[in-house]
Amino acid sequence: MDAAAFVAELDSHRRYLLRVAQLQLRDGELAEDVVQETLLAALKAREGFTGKSTVKTWLTGILKHKIVDAIRARQRAPVAMASLDEEADVEDFEPLFKENGAWAAPPAEWGDPEDALSRREFFEVMDMCLEKLPPNTARVFIMREVMDLTTEEICKELRITANNLWVILYRARMALRLCLEQNWFAAAARG
Amino acid sequence: MLHRLTHVISCKEASRLLSESQDRPLGWLERLRLRAHLALCDMCTRFAAHLRMMREAMQRYRV
Repeated sequence: MDAAAFVAELDSHRRYLLRVAQLQLRDGELAEDVVQETLLAALKAREGFTGKSTVKTWLTGILKHKIVDAIRARQRAPVAMASLDEEADVEDFEPLFKENGAWAAPPAEWGDPEDALSRREFFEVMDMCLEKLPPNTARVFIMREVMDLTTEEICKELRITANNLWVILYRARMALRLCLEQNWFAAAARG
Repeated sequence: MLHRLTHVISCKEASRLLSESQDRPLGWLERLRLRAHLALCDMCTRFAAHLRMMREAMQRYRV
C-alpha cells in the first residue's frame, strides 16, 4: 500500500474511531484528541502494520491504549463511581422475567444473523441502542466488546469488583438485545 | 444426588450464566446446569444465539 492509499485507508476509519472514543469518554473534544493521536501514531508506525490483522483491528488496538491513557490522566470523580454502582443494580431487570424466573417476554426468532450484519442500517440501529444505554454501562460494554479488554483490566481501570462488572455487562446485553429486537428484528419481521 | 446437583435453573439464572460465559470461564457445575437447561429450553437457546450475534456485531461495529 503506498503512502497516499494508506492515508486514505486511515481516514476511512476516522468516523468509527471517533464514535468508539465518544461512547467511551463522553467528551467530544477529548475524543477528537484521542483519535488524532491514534491516527498520528498509526502514520508513524506504518512499518509496524504487518497486514496480519485488518487496518481497523490494528487502529482499534492503538485507540484502546490512547483511551486508557486518557482515562488514567483524567481525574476520576467519586460521582462517576457512585453512578456506576447504581448501574450495577440487576433488580431493574425483574420485569423481563416472571416471578418464577421464566421469560416474561420470550426472545423472538432473529433469522439469519449474516443478513443483519451485512446491512449498514442494522449498525445504525445498534448505534442508537448503544446511545440509549446508561453512560457508564455503555462505556463498560464498549471496553469489553470493542476494545476487547479482559475482566481484570476493566476492574483495575474502574476499580470495581468482578461481580459488579458481570452484572453491568449482563445489564448492557439485556438492554441491547431488547432494543435490537424491538427496533430491528420486529421491524424486519413486519417487512 | 445427581439430580440435586443438576437442579433445574430458571431462565433468569440461565440468561445470567450465558452472559457471564462471555466474560469468564464457567465452573463445571454451572456448565452442567446450563447445558441441562438449554436442552429443554428453546427460548434460552435463542437468547444464547442472540448473545453470540451481538458479540459478532460489536466486533464488526462501524458507523
